[in-house]
Amino acid sequence: MIKNNRLTVEEYRQNFNDIHPPFETKDAAMVEANRCLFCYDAPCIKACPTSINIPKFIKQITTENIKGSAHTIFLSNIMGAGCSKVCPVEKLCEGSCVYNLMHEEPIHIAKLQRYSTETAMANGWQLFKRKENTGKKVAVIGAGPAGLSCAHMLAREGVDVSIFEKEKKGGGLMTYGIAAYKVTPQFCEDEVNYITGIGGITIEYEKEWGKNIFLEDLQSKFDAVYVAIGVGLARQLNIPGENLEGVEDAIDFIYRLRSGGYSNVPVGDKVAVIGMGMTAIDAATQAKRLGAKEVTMLYRRTEEEMPCTDVELAIAKLDGCKIIWLAAPAEILGEQGKVTALKVSKMALGAPDASGRKSPVATGEEFVLDVDMVIKAAGQTAFETLVTKAALANNSGKISVAEKSVTNIPGVFAGGDCVNGGKEVVDAVQAGKDGAEAILHFLNGKN
Amino acid sequence: MADISSNFLGIKSPNPFWLASAPPTDKKINVLRAFEAGWGGVVWKTLGSQVKNVSSRYSAVNYGGHKVMGFNNIELISDRPLNINLKEIEECIKLFPDRAMVVSLMADNDKKSWHELIKKVEQTGAHGFELNFGCPHGMTERGMGAAVGQDPDIARMVVEWVMEAATIPVITKLTPNVHSVVPTGKAVVEAGTNGLSLINTIQSVTGVDLNTLVPNPYVGGKSVFGGYCGPAVKPIALKFLTTIAQNATTKKVPISGIGGVSNWKDAVEFMLLGATNVQVCTAAMTHGFRIVEDMCEGMSNWMDEKGFKTTTDFIGKSVDTITHWEDLDINYHHIANINQDKCVHCGLCYIACEDTSHQSIQLQYGKPYNTYSIKEEECVGCNLCQLVCPVDNCITMQEHRVAPEYINWKMWQAEGLPLNDH
Repeated sequence: MIKNNRLTVEEYRQNFNDIHPPFETKDAAMVEANRCLFCYDAPCIKACPTSINIPKFIKQITTENIKGSAHTIFLSNIMGAGCSKVCPVEKLCEGSCVYNLMHEEPIHIAKLQRYSTETAMANGWQLFKRKENTGKKVAVIGAGPAGLSCAHMLAREGVDVSIFEKEKKGGGLMTYGIAAYKVTPQFCEDEVNYITGIGGITIEYEKEWGKNIFLEDLQSKFDAVYVAIGVGLARQLNIPGENLEGVEDAIDFIYRLRSGGYSNVPVGDKVAVIGMGMTAIDAATQAKRLGAKEVTMLYRRTEEEMPCTDVELAIAKLDGCKIIWLAAPAEILGEQGKVTALKVSKMALGAPDASGRKSPVATGEEFVLDVDMVIKAAGQTAFETLVTKAALANNSGKISVAEKSVTNIPGVFAGGDCVNGGKEVVDAVQAGKDGAEAILHFLNGKN
Repeated sequence: MADISSNFLGIKSPNPFWLASAPPTDKKINVLRAFEAGWGGVVWKTLGSQVKNVSSRYSAVNYGGHKVMGFNNIELISDRPLNINLKEIEECIKLFPDRAMVVSLMADNDKKSWHELIKKVEQTGAHGFELNFGCPHGMTERGMGAAVGQDPDIARMVVEWVMEAATIPVITKLTPNVHSVVPTGKAVVEAGTNGLSLINTIQSVTGVDLNTLVPNPYVGGKSVFGGYCGPAVKPIALKFLTTIAQNATTKKVPISGIGGVSNWKDAVEFMLLGATNVQVCTAAMTHGFRIVEDMCEGMSNWMDEKGFKTTTDFIGKSVDTITHWEDLDINYHHIANINQDKCVHCGLCYIACEDTSHQSIQLQYGKPYNTYSIKEEECVGCNLCQLVCPVDNCITMQEHRVAPEYINWKMWQAEGLPLNDH
């Protein structure tokens, strides 16, 4: 049965508590910071999509120059605080820490980054001063990581930025699409306010491209437009029964959880989650933590090919989620319009596909899982209709760009998930920086 | 099992580890705890005329997340009444007759005061005296401590007074607050001291508080120079020790080594450079008396490995390896080698060499890991890369002699060999 309010207030609090708690004390941060070897041309910097000077910011913690430390982080990544909570650091900075090669615990870079950035945010330190106003105005569509990062860099350079956001809050997937035990809605709001605190950035909420804002209007009112609309539509399974009550998109499910309060979000007794990416893990663990009795994750390939990291998989396993490898949904079965079971095809790995991964092939064997809810987390697709209508060159909805962010329409730039099809928050932040750079170049050329 | 027992001027102790004259040896309760923990002996905190202390008394230098790399103090000699000290010394000797009990003295600067103090202390049954000619703060202003040790003539005079009265061995403790400890060392040996100990603490300012802008240790808005000690001073102590161990006059008497001794390895190093035993203070003050356990076990294991049966087998063994620069072999050359299997690609060797040495390391870019290798023809063999490498035995120095024969600077000059090899 799908129902809400399964747990007590205390249970919800515990289940959605910070999964990676911060350093409790300055001493604890110091001990960890002092472990850092201060590598030269450090692997961790190269592994960070935004190239944060990690050894420098850690060294600055050891000298008690926390303001300097936070500045070092924000200089490369204005969402350094959020990234410290949501980045899959095990495959980025921490995964490349040289301590791994000594078979030692890598430096807890994310935790140290959180220490400096949260200290800066808590103290309201605005560490950047805007350059003299250039008189230029740029419109940004989407207040997610790419849009905010682009806006902050433009604001720093003396450009006025108006961001148009379809939701009621900024932060994009950070606010609406990530497991609640990683970032709280309050933190996301604080982070947006901290970023816009530099001045010169306004956000207009509930402005949706194609509904109440249009590209031509923005082009006429602004010197340039940055498109950072992300991806939105959950990939459909295209199997019978997909419209039954109890079939949900993972992003919608997490969105409701993030915006509506935990006890208001209904969840089934027995939940199947389709997919094995980060969002699938988030959806599965959140369903379990909302009180689902049984959560089963299905992935059509094996652990070798899964898109999530080992750390994420471990979280799901520790939460008690069951994992079935080489299993693809074949049909969702229902009674009276409601999900009652999931018919699953057993798969085997065949020859490598275009992505280089071995492609799953149906063995013909099937089994049925007794479930009352199915969460689809098989990836998201880009806003193909929207961008095609706007005459933006694209590839299945992914906006085509030259030099990282220049679209086919002069004065229109794009970056983040709407270009790359969906990557990490930290990739979007870098895309925003690249976009701002291209826009500044364009604005200067216009003089 | 090696025999680590020690005999210093006939004063026997089960091991060569004494606690130096300092706060840990100020009271019976501390000294008994030290003996129970296993310390071989103590030098009781300096007795003299009545003084008064201030607070705070200590400050420290921390480094790289480690506390108390260096330590300083502005405490004076014992501020407890003399008769209490004497009574407690006697009691400690009775309770632990196998341990060394040496008493540090600093009398007022006249013969009569010294003679009276010596007489009183000898009645306790103490095994020896240590003359405090080194305390760099508080007492110097009164013409005592380092004020005596810094002037060889005054030091000679005081030792002569002491030797007239003392019937037990006398050790003179030297101050490092001089350009060389040898002049005072020679003077006091000539005046008859039976042994020497060094170093006392070094005048210092450990740092300035960046909020109050007042240096440490803080005493009501002011500070004074304090005596520096702890691990940070060990290299300075070893240097002074070596000069005493090498001088023809001073090397005739046994030396008690002091200055940053924190573990058995430090102790062995002091003894290799001529100390018969060592005295410890800061390490005990920062970790308690229990550190002596590993000092004994570590030294004993090392002696077994090296085949030394008693401490006298290795005392002074390294003294002659410290020579003059002009006697070093110019044809000796070694070159760094990076073991690629052990390298963790931290780049610390590269940046140290590139920025501050001889640009002898090759960086081959990789993402995320660069590869580093030695440019053998450029390497001068300075050791910097090896010193900064975080991996044990990853960078080794490999011998590549320039020529087989020994040639030093004096010979080089005499033969008129070319100087500029760049």
